[in-house]
Amino acid sequence: MSPAEFLSDLFNPELAFLPKALAVAVMSSIVCGVVGCHVVLRGMAFIGDAVAHAVFPGLAVAFVTQGSLVVGGAAAGVVTAVLVALFSQNRRVREDAVIGVLFVAAFALGLVVMARAPGYGGSLQQFLFGSIAGIPTSDLYTVAGAGLVILAVTFFAHKELVAVSLDRETASAMGVRVFWFDLLLYVSVAFAVVISVQVIGNILVLALLVTPAATARLLTDRLAAMMVISPLLGGGGSLAGLYLSWSYDLPTGATIVLVLTALFVMAWLFAPRHGLLARRRVPVDSDRQDPAGA
Amino acid sequence: MTTLTVSGVTVDLGRRRVLEDVTFTVEPGELVGLIGPNGAGKTTLLRAVLGLVPMTKGSAAVAGRPVRSDRSRIGYVPQRHQFAWEFPISVESAVMTGLTGRLGLLRWPRQAAWRAVLAAIERVGLWELRRVPVGELSGGQRQRVLVARALALEPAVLLLDEPFNGLDMTTQRVLGALFDEFAAEGRCVLMSTHDILGAFDRCSRLLLLNRVLVADAPPERLRSPEPWQRTFGVDAGSPLLRVLAVA
Repeated sequence: MSPAEFLSDLFNPELAFLPKALAVAVMSSIVCGVVGCHVVLRGMAFIGDAVAHAVFPGLAVAFVTQGSLVVGGAAAGVVTAVLVALFSQNRRVREDAVIGVLFVAAFALGLVVMARAPGYGGSLQQFLFGSIAGIPTSDLYTVAGAGLVILAVTFFAHKELVAVSLDRETASAMGVRVFWFDLLLYVSVAFAVVISVQVIGNILVLALLVTPAATARLLTDRLAAMMVISPLLGGGGSLAGLYLSWSYDLPTGATIVLVLTALFVMAWLFAPRHGLLARRRVPVDSDRQDPAGA
Repeated sequence: MTTLTVSGVTVDLGRRRVLEDVTFTVEPGELVGLIGPNGAGKTTLLRAVLGLVPMTKGSAAVAGRPVRSDRSRIGYVPQRHQFAWEFPISVESAVMTGLTGRLGLLRWPRQAAWRAVLAAIERVGLWELRRVPVGELSGGQRQRVLVARALALEPAVLLLDEPFNGLDMTTQRVLGALFDEFAAEGRCVLMSTHDILGAFDRCSRLLLLNRVLVADAPPERLRSPEPWQRTFGVDAGSPLLRVLAVA
């Protein structure tokens, strides 16, 4: 299918779900792209995965009780975020095992709750792998509103989030409330996951958080540039992925993830300074351990 | 006077008493060396002064007021491995993060803050490298970034945790001279170190710490072997004592 045909499908009133899915996919990937920069730079991809999984029981309860998915997911996400923030404060304990145990359990709980709903197999698949059909118009506004709030929060807390990521001990010594900024970041991750879950699916949502940000990191050494490139890649990848999935009748979430992954692999190979090929030519880090340069 | 006063500090980590009743002061203009074996509680003492670990008993104050009342009076230079060097940030932005607590929420750095940051960078000799990503710096340059970050606060007190670790002699000498200058400007400088000879040579006073404060005296008055033996748990024939010429 040519891009022109895709465009005409987008404006076809009988296919009204398509532009809605596109809007939600692009908006949520932009939000995930920004939040994901912090996730990648802190090396908390695992925590992101845990939050993504733990949102599931909230979605399941909302689905079974016919409540709002966004509200249910957000509630579960916030509870999770608080738990993760509490566990991660004590850096002497290996919190990853505890998080691993708890959040797979949360996922299992979601599955059990889902099984109570009649005809759950199809809905389950939608939740896990995403679907472009059946997004209510009201969700467009919810996603847009929640997305703007998350972007505003990460913008206004930027200086604190960076200080904590760089050196949490010193930030704390200087009076930055480290716990509250951890919590803020985890809650932002939870919301970013919740708004992305419908189109991309619960299993694949981690890719929206991690892949564009990791790609952007390969392309730049400047945080500001990274936080612009990452959402651009995410949004562009979602657009391209939806187009390809619509043209070739492929699962949407998976196609978006594969497009983002292809971008990552290209950056990994060809990035100007940090790509594999560039590093073979110029050893960028050769002076790193050079004491004479001190 | 902006004296750093540490009185009766006792710290328990779990069931272990790590520090017991540690009392000392650092006066303006002093460069004080904190010396002790691994696990003696040097880093814990610095962290307790900063309020990063709770004290079971005791207190820390600057100019008679608790540290907590105004944190920007103390500049902290942690060990290098605490900092995420792979973060995509330039030297000047990294130094600016030192002012995060003072600026407060929802406030962006203005001209005065940037002036302080650039002055600190110039002071530690990183001016040419101020736009370079921190990940590309050598060990000694990274140590300077941490010093500049503390210095940007223009603090009355500087706490340095093992600032010479893993650095070659030349870099140690250059940084050491910088710390002398900070003291000469009337700051209170407290530095934990493994480098006993360097501290002997450079510091105006030494604190020998091993859970308790064993000695608190200028180096020239630490000529008897006894406090060194108690601090490091060595016997009378130890090479340490011979090198220090106190045996």
